[in-house]
Amino acid sequence: MNETRRTSLERSAKNIAAAVTIGLAIIPLALLLMWSFARHWYWPALLPREYSVRAWEYIASPPAGVITALTMSIFVALCVTALALAVALPAARALALHQFRGKRALLFMLLLPVLAPSLASAMGVHALFLRYGLTDSVLGVVLVHLIPTVPYSTLMLTGSFANFDPDWEAQARTLGASPVKVWRHVTLPAIAPGLAVAAAFAFLISWSQYLTTLFIGGGRIITLPLTLVAFQRSGDEAITAALSLVFLAPTLLVFVIVARFLRNVE
Amino acid sequence: MRHVETAIENVRMRRLFSASTRFRVALLLFPAFVVIGGLFAGGLLLALVQSLGYFPSAGENAFTLAHYRELLTDQEFRASLRLTFALASVATIISATAGLALALLLREIARRNRLLNVLLQVPLAVPHLAMAVVLINVIAPSGLIARLAYSVGLITAPAEFPALISDRYGAGIIIAYVLKETPFIALMALAVLVRLGDEYELVARTLGASAWQRLRHVTLPLVAPAVVSASLVVFAFVFGAFETPFILGRPYPAMLPVVAQRRFMSVDLSERPDAIAIAVLIALIVTLLVWLYMRLARVLVGVEKPTIF
Repeated sequence: MNETRRTSLERSAKNIAAAVTIGLAIIPLALLLMWSFARHWYWPALLPREYSVRAWEYIASPPAGVITALTMSIFVALCVTALALAVALPAARALALHQFRGKRALLFMLLLPVLAPSLASAMGVHALFLRYGLTDSVLGVVLVHLIPTVPYSTLMLTGSFANFDPDWEAQARTLGASPVKVWRHVTLPAIAPGLAVAAAFAFLISWSQYLTTLFIGGGRIITLPLTLVAFQRSGDEAITAALSLVFLAPTLLVFVIVARFLRNVE
Repeated sequence: MRHVETAIENVRMRRLFSASTRFRVALLLFPAFVVIGGLFAGGLLLALVQSLGYFPSAGENAFTLAHYRELLTDQEFRASLRLTFALASVATIISATAGLALALLLREIARRNRLLNVLLQVPLAVPHLAMAVVLINVIAPSGLIARLAYSVGLITAPAEFPALISDRYGAGIIIAYVLKETPFIALMALAVLVRLGDEYELVARTLGASAWQRLRHVTLPLVAPAVVSASLVVFAFVFGAFETPFILGRPYPAMLPVVAQRRFMSVDLSERPDAIAIAVLIALIVTLLVWLYMRLARVLVGVEKPTIF
């Protein structure tokens, strides 16, 4: 008797835990969606009285500046992703397949910017960029975004290369494949999943940078997070919610893809 | 004689080979070294130099510890340091406890359902800025929770709802971090739990251990290293992160990164070296914590490369 009660209690605790997990992922999004379409949502109404597309119309209109910021965010994030992967790929290969002196120190240096945002290095870089005219420029912003993205991509790709056997490449070369063909048909397929994840995360990290963009862009280079903060400060909840959804869109897209990929695997 | 010659030839070949390998490795690492060494470490070094008195645009070019000495007597800095330590500790302790509980409850479902693992990672990937903005709509005095409280008759006006945003205790900041970091701790603990399976618990059960004894003496010691090292990461992050306290905290006293940012962006350039000194102190503390994390991960978990998400 006691035993059955305990198991049913245990089961409901587990269900609650699962519900909390699902809730944490879904409730904020549902709220944002409602808020972005709310016209009047005064205290103490639990649901909006009227709905409208005002907020969405406004952010889609050129004078709002959201489209410019969105374009800038996408451009910067794409440049950062390409550069970060180009830098991270060879480094990850060296880290995974070779032993060398100072490897642990290098891993430490890679882990630091990944685990904790570094205000200090952004401030130091600001002085450096000021001297070389890189402040207030897109190039400067792209470069400063490399600080968190390169270490992240490197560590992720190191994981992919850990299961990679360079002998496969040697075999392909013995069979007469050119270096390009070896890369295209042997190396790339082996690390493709890790590469896709690293690219997605490099994009997302650059996409969500606020402070580094503010420091180096000096208010001239406006990306989406800067616009979001500006609207949040202005107090228009519907517009802030709509912008938040745009800001979250790439993150959600990545998760939908990962979830579908997992379902196909199962 | 012939043997000796071959042996010498072998050694020479190996040395040549290893020299070329070494060159190759150096070449592979070079671009990353430029970014990490130049931008990250270089930036850190420049920040240190500037905080130590080399700041020509503010008329400083001699070595001095003045900026650090000033911080010692700076009331705002001291209040901010206390607040930062307190909030980071509380947020870490709550996240670690809740994350561990969540992992223990979810372990069976997680083993069968990989979608749940993906769902757990959603809050992790949501930018802190977005989380803070959403949270305002939920926990503000006229937010969703206050409206729910009104509809069940707990409060009659928004003013009766406890202040959770820009409040004395930094409640909003703690809630935001707990929501973001609990899934992170849960994921780290789940990884260990799923990998170990339940054999240890089954053995303990066969030996007559009660549910509590199994949890206390078998399961907890197994997941503790993962939870402790993940908690260090959470603490380091909360200590140095800007967005959440910027949106949800009050202006005075603010958390250290917010104070550093405000002084750095001040029109008064003479505040800049102070700002940089604060940022350097944050970096020092965070570096120490990450170093501890790496040691712990190696000693306790026995892996050379600590896992990140």
